[in-house]
Amino acid sequence: MLVFTIRRIVMMIPVLIGASLLAFVLVSVSGDPVADQVFILEQSTGEPVPQETVDNIKERLYYDRSLPERYWLWLTGIGETNGDIGLLQGEWGPSIEGSAIDVGEEIGSRFWITLRLVLFATVASIAIAILTGVVSAVKQYSKVDYLLTFIGFLALSMPTFWFGLLMKEAAVQTNNAIGSTFFQTYRDSTRGFHGNGWEVFLDAIPYLIIPTIVLMLTGYAAMSRYQRASMLEVLNSDYVRLARAKGVRNGTVMRRHALRTALIPVATFAPLGLATAMGGSLVIERIFGWRGLGAFAYDAITHNDAFAVLGYLFISGVIVLIGILISDLMYGVLDPRIRYE
Amino acid sequence: MSNTTTTAFEAEAITTKERTQLQLVTKRFFRHKAAVISLIGFITIVLFAFVGPYLWQWDHRIHTEIPSWAPPSPEHPFGSDRAGRDMMGTVMRATGQSLKVALVVALGSTFIGAVVGAVAGYYRGWVDALLMRLVDILFVIPFLVITAAMAGNVRGGTTWWHMALILMVFGWLGTSRAVRAEVLSLREKEFIEAARSVGGSDLHIIFRHLIPNTMSVIIVSATLQIAFAILSESTLSFLGLGIQAPDTSLGLLIQAAESSAFSERWYLFYIPGIFVILIALTINFVGDGLRDAMDPRQTMVRR
Repeated sequence: MLVFTIRRIVMMIPVLIGASLLAFVLVSVSGDPVADQVFILEQSTGEPVPQETVDNIKERLYYDRSLPERYWLWLTGIGETNGDIGLLQGEWGPSIEGSAIDVGEEIGSRFWITLRLVLFATVASIAIAILTGVVSAVKQYSKVDYLLTFIGFLALSMPTFWFGLLMKEAAVQTNNAIGSTFFQTYRDSTRGFHGNGWEVFLDAIPYLIIPTIVLMLTGYAAMSRYQRASMLEVLNSDYVRLARAKGVRNGTVMRRHALRTALIPVATFAPLGLATAMGGSLVIERIFGWRGLGAFAYDAITHNDAFAVLGYLFISGVIVLIGILISDLMYGVLDPRIRYE
Repeated sequence: MSNTTTTAFEAEAITTKERTQLQLVTKRFFRHKAAVISLIGFITIVLFAFVGPYLWQWDHRIHTEIPSWAPPSPEHPFGSDRAGRDMMGTVMRATGQSLKVALVVALGSTFIGAVVGAVAGYYRGWVDALLMRLVDILFVIPFLVITAAMAGNVRGGTTWWHMALILMVFGWLGTSRAVRAEVLSLREKEFIEAARSVGGSDLHIIFRHLIPNTMSVIIVSATLQIAFAILSESTLSFLGLGIQAPDTSLGLLIQAAESSAFSERWYLFYIPGIFVILIALTINFVGDGLRDAMDPRQTMVRR
């Protein structure tokens, strides 16, 4: 098991490097932060920017190097003495905002805010999707099945941001009606709140409820469809029929024989749900005024802050890969035929 | 005399008529009520978006004759916004722009996905390994963020055409995996061997034999692409990183009415939202109906 885990982690390194290279190229070809900075300077001073300043900006952002060289520097930092670039050395590259923002520090301080939202939403949506998928399959072509299928399709077709705005306004209405602010619809935690881990967690709950429900939407929709399909397939299979013929009790057939096998496709799909939720956090944090990674990515994109965007892409790639690792390990628990030798 | 009796007898004996694949699929599709209703709904929305502007007197631009914040009325069924745009005309234009993005993305990324999947599945070996690692790698990059980063940086403002191209770069991944899985089993079939033995080139086999035989997977994933593209496009536009004003899109309209869900101007929030949902919902149901209809394991009887 341990050997397997280590081997999987080692195999993920090339994927992560490949993803970072592709992301680097895509971000680099789609925008030029130097030209943007020069434009902003021109707007604020009202006169053309001297070539010297342009060169300084280029040098500071490493845009005086070629693309492959810049990528190498960003990844390793080898051959550079400035000490502000090179992931291997724990440096995330200079932000366009200069020394005001340290990309690594920003990501570190915002990481947990987003992670707890994404994890809560993913785990909750998987749990509800498994439940409704199984109910739907067991009661195939019943009213319940049709209703759940329709809800699934509706969730699949509803844009997260629209649902989020609706829920936010609904929460505000509810707060007004009951005359209290139970649902917090702005910011991720109480301003200036200090306490130990447990108190911080309790403080965050009212802020988390509505955004978690909203973020659950997309993951739930696709996953419940998968769960229904795979449960149906298992229920129609010979070994389940055999188990019933043997006289195994219905509950046991469902739990021990059917559900366990039916969970395998969903385990494959779960990391993808994590990836969608990471993307969805961009929308959620924009709507609810959070200061997490999603908001960080949004600001970085709108300011064309290349190294900040890349930092975000890197960290979310790591999160998704960890999700894939967990789902690989889940296979072994669900499918006893898989051996980790 | 005896001749005619035999034919009449034969005609009676043969009760099953030969049906082409297309007839079978159509027949099965039309038994799926939700899918048929959805298809009609989707076509209605397409007509509304593309034919509507020729019939409706207002377009999506600001007109001085239109009052600001007009409530829904026979002259302005969807009301008007603060600047004095007729919302009916604006929603038509917005739906049209979103649909154009969606259709181009669906066509383009389905084509890329089908070719990549077929090539990977047909050649196997290092070609397959390389292409599928590429797909794995692209799956790791968060789709929404990378497309937002690319769309937010288009010089001179993002148009629907830019949006379509950017969404296409990441849209083909799922299709390629599905087509590859199909091709992996198809390539071992006798008819492919036959095509190869009569001297069919690889290109011929891929485009004339493999891809046509995976059509059911391809068509279903193309319909799902439309839903996916509509949702992505409106999300990016909502974030301000998609189609830019003075042009309009459903996402931009929702953003403009961001906090009016429970105010007196609720219609400005719900109407564009419902259009997004209806497009995605109808197309998802059509895709579901097509999947059922084209599944060869399906019989005419519903189990």
